[in-house]
Amino acid sequence: MHELAITVIGPDRTGIVADVAEALAEVGANLTDSTMTRLRGHFAMTLICTGPTAPEAEKALEALAGVTTAVRQVEPEASPGDDGEAWVVSVHGADRLGIVAAVTREVAGAGGNITDLSTRLVGSLYVLIAEADLPVGAGEELAQHLAVAASELGVEVTLRRAESEIL
Amino acid sequence: MISPELPEGKILPVITAPASVLSTVGDEVDPIDPAVIQLAADLIATMKISPGCVGLAAPQVGIGTQIFCVNVVGHPKAVTTHGAFALCNAKIIEASRWKAGREGCMSVPDLTGDVKRAGRIVVSAVLPGSGEAVTITTDGFEARALQHEIDHCAGKLFLDRVAGAHAIYQRKVYL
Ligand SMILES: [Zn+2]
Repeated sequence: MHELAITVIGPDRTGIVADVAEALAEVGANLTDSTMTRLRGHFAMTLICTGPTAPEAEKALEALAGVTTAVRQVEPEASPGDDGEAWVVSVHGADRLGIVAAVTREVAGAGGNITDLSTRLVGSLYVLIAEADLPVGAGEELAQHLAVAASELGVEVTLRRAESEIL
Repeated sequence: MISPELPEGKILPVITAPASVLSTVGDEVDPIDPAVIQLAADLIATMKISPGCVGLAAPQVGIGTQIFCVNVVGHPKAVTTHGAFALCNAKIIEASRWKAGREGCMSVPDLTGDVKRAGRIVVSAVLPGSGEAVTITTDGFEARALQHEIDHCAGKLFLDRVAGAHAIYQRKVYL
């Protein structure tokens, strides 16, 4: 079974998600994990699918007008990484160069793996929210390092445990 | 609510993030200081003329102190309500029934976020004007509003508490 990683990017328009999903369904692709979001008016979709070969998927997506696609065959995930503790980082402040780089570098330095991240620039306010798996016990030291990085950047940072109640 | 008479309030401009006062821990205030009493009245006046505004804290008008007002009367999500009132030096002394909900903020006008808040709280505070110590027990949307405003007084925005990377949303712009 081929596992493919696919990205599709282009100006957002009505029906674009349906067009992508349909094109892939026609070549027998089964979408496993996917995300789609709008980034400042651009449609951005990233997905993993199984079924077709990379050339088959590429050919299916070629028919879509106005989008840029990339298809790559990937190896199935070795084992879901689920050790460590889930944390959330919030950063907000005036927009300036290097906020994402500085914050994510601190997380990496603490042995943390970022599992989800989004940023928004609204007016002059820049907001970054990242979810990260940290080694057990690494949170406190990372919080101190983030505080130093944030004060150098002139932004506010909060690090807290992610909520994961099972209801 | 047991609100003492306050002077007539003025409308103050509301400041938006990024602004350092919004991320600074507010100072405790003297609830019988005339400037504090006037600020409480001004916050209520500003809240009342702002569409959809259910609470406003001193840092949002550029003053880093622990005063805020709340008014959730008539809000569809409100259960218990205590009217329009202002509190000084408020602290949460009990919190339970945690629940996620969407909230926005006049100081972050372009975004909303999912934030977990206690659905039932007990708050201790003093009233501006009389200086009387009060304990308020509330729930639902009024509890959420109080926690949001108490956070402002501690230099925290809802952005500091959102549940995850996909828990912030851009507000729709209707032209
Ligand atoms: Zn607010």
